[in-house]
Amino acid sequence: MIDIKGVYKTFYSRHKVEALVDVSLQVEKGEVVVICGPSGSGKSTLLRCLNHLETIDRGDIVIDTIHLTDSRTNINKVRAEVGMVFQSFNLFAHMTVLENVSIAQIKVRKRSRSESEKIAIQLLQKVGIPEKAKSYPSQLSGGQQQRVAIARALAMQPKIMLFDEPTSALDPEMIGEVLDVMKTLAREGMTMCCVTHEMGFAREVADRIVFMDEGRIVEIGTPEELFNDPKEDRTRAFLAQIL
Amino acid sequence: MKDLVHNQRFRNGASWFVLVLILIGLVSGTFQTTKKVEYIWRWEKIPRYILFLEKGKVVAKDDAVVTALDKKVGMTTVVVSNSRGEQQYYMIPEDLVSLSVNDQIRSGQVLAQWQRWKSGLLLKGLILTLEISVLSILLGIVIGLFTGLARLSKSPAPKWLAIGYIELIRGTPLLVQIYIFYFFVGQVFRLSSFTAGVLALSVFAGAYIAEIIRAGIQSIHKGQMEAARSLGMNYPQAMQYIILPQAFKRILPPLAGQFISLIKDSSLVGVIALVELTRAGREIGTSTFNYFEVFFTVAALYLILTFSLSMMVQYLERRFAASD
Repeated sequence: MIDIKGVYKTFYSRHKVEALVDVSLQVEKGEVVVICGPSGSGKSTLLRCLNHLETIDRGDIVIDTIHLTDSRTNINKVRAEVGMVFQSFNLFAHMTVLENVSIAQIKVRKRSRSESEKIAIQLLQKVGIPEKAKSYPSQLSGGQQQRVAIARALAMQPKIMLFDEPTSALDPEMIGEVLDVMKTLAREGMTMCCVTHEMGFAREVADRIVFMDEGRIVEIGTPEELFNDPKEDRTRAFLAQIL
Repeated sequence: MKDLVHNQRFRNGASWFVLVLILIGLVSGTFQTTKKVEYIWRWEKIPRYILFLEKGKVVAKDDAVVTALDKKVGMTTVVVSNSRGEQQYYMIPEDLVSLSVNDQIRSGQVLAQWQRWKSGLLLKGLILTLEISVLSILLGIVIGLFTGLARLSKSPAPKWLAIGYIELIRGTPLLVQIYIFYFFVGQVFRLSSFTAGVLALSVFAGAYIAEIIRAGIQSIHKGQMEAARSLGMNYPQAMQYIILPQAFKRILPPLAGQFISLIKDSSLVGVIALVELTRAGREIGTSTFNYFEVFFTVAALYLILTFSLSMMVQYLERRFAASD
């Protein structure tokens, strides 16, 4: 489903930052991969490269047989198949919850408004807040906003869902409600890549965990392998800090 | 607690009193000053320049026969021929002409009599100012929107064209720009002075609006654009449905300031033979010498325009506040 081959990415802001160095990773259909690592390890950059919010310097990324690096690729078509959930929710502030979830269906999927809103209501029921359909994002709690953001991404019926630290900006008591929605998705067989520090979530639903540091993949393994018997010292040190 | 509230009320009351005193002082001060220069106020002369009652009566001088009706805009000239074969002319408003060719008229017959309200020079000027302002604001928004977007473009051609245009317009006086549009652009493309004036004002306003729009777009968190793009929207769609609506709400106050400036700046197109409000005031001043009254009135009329615009924008702001 996702094939990342030898990807390099360097940022030149004030300093030269090698965000990704020779990163390769395959994700199968229906697999849940959790990417973890210290901040600045390139995990968010990797995720953003998967739907072309960042361009890569070298290497190749193939999403469902489409090469992202190919200049003939219509990137908007790929993005419509890859849902993304952000740390800061990024709900459209001027639209109601219902409009947030239906706008892309109408403009990108070309569905009728009534059909889009029907799907939107169904998804809001799925994430547990159908009663907030007419509210504006500013009237919702962080957890509710993030659940709306998940519904908004799901409305496009994506083949892959990317989660970029979806619970990092939330108050502790709201983390659970968002993780529950993600667990449901995982059980339904959605292909998911999650950057998160929620190790409980990783242990419960991840098929594999990817540990990154300084732009490189240090170690890949099942939750049992990584939590119980990490092979690399850096993995061990990181896990010791956060567990 | 009660004391505190009482105290606050007393202080507010005192402040109101001071305000009234200051206002009375200002008015009486103005009055005293004009007394010093021995100015004779003639406010009664002003209303006729806004609206006046036109009274007219056309009476036939001789017995005659109507030979022709010469219809012009507004007025019709009735041509008659009297018994000695001499031609005579009567001017009658077109909608009051009841005569037709070959009709007989008698000496002393009332051919037409009317009494109607007509707009005076100031009202005509006000309407012209309004027309120029509205057109320039609309055109200015279009120019500003595209320039603002071009200014944010990553490719050099639109970006540097936009920067060049903005700097050129902001770095030269509006009056000079109006002359250039009238004498140069107007000559080349054979523009009327109205078109030249509206173009000069909208090109001027467009440069400022472009900067306001650019700042507005940049003030929207970049996560909004990323979220829109990650859902598969292309750049124009993301701009149209996600970024611009939010930016517009945010730039409404500075945009209103720009529009108000534009209304006031429209007074400069008087120099290219457009009798807008200020020019109308000057013309009345030169013929009556009642400059004081005329320009106080002109100022008040501008204030009506700008204040209504402020009210409209405040109404819009309140409507957009729903999602806050």
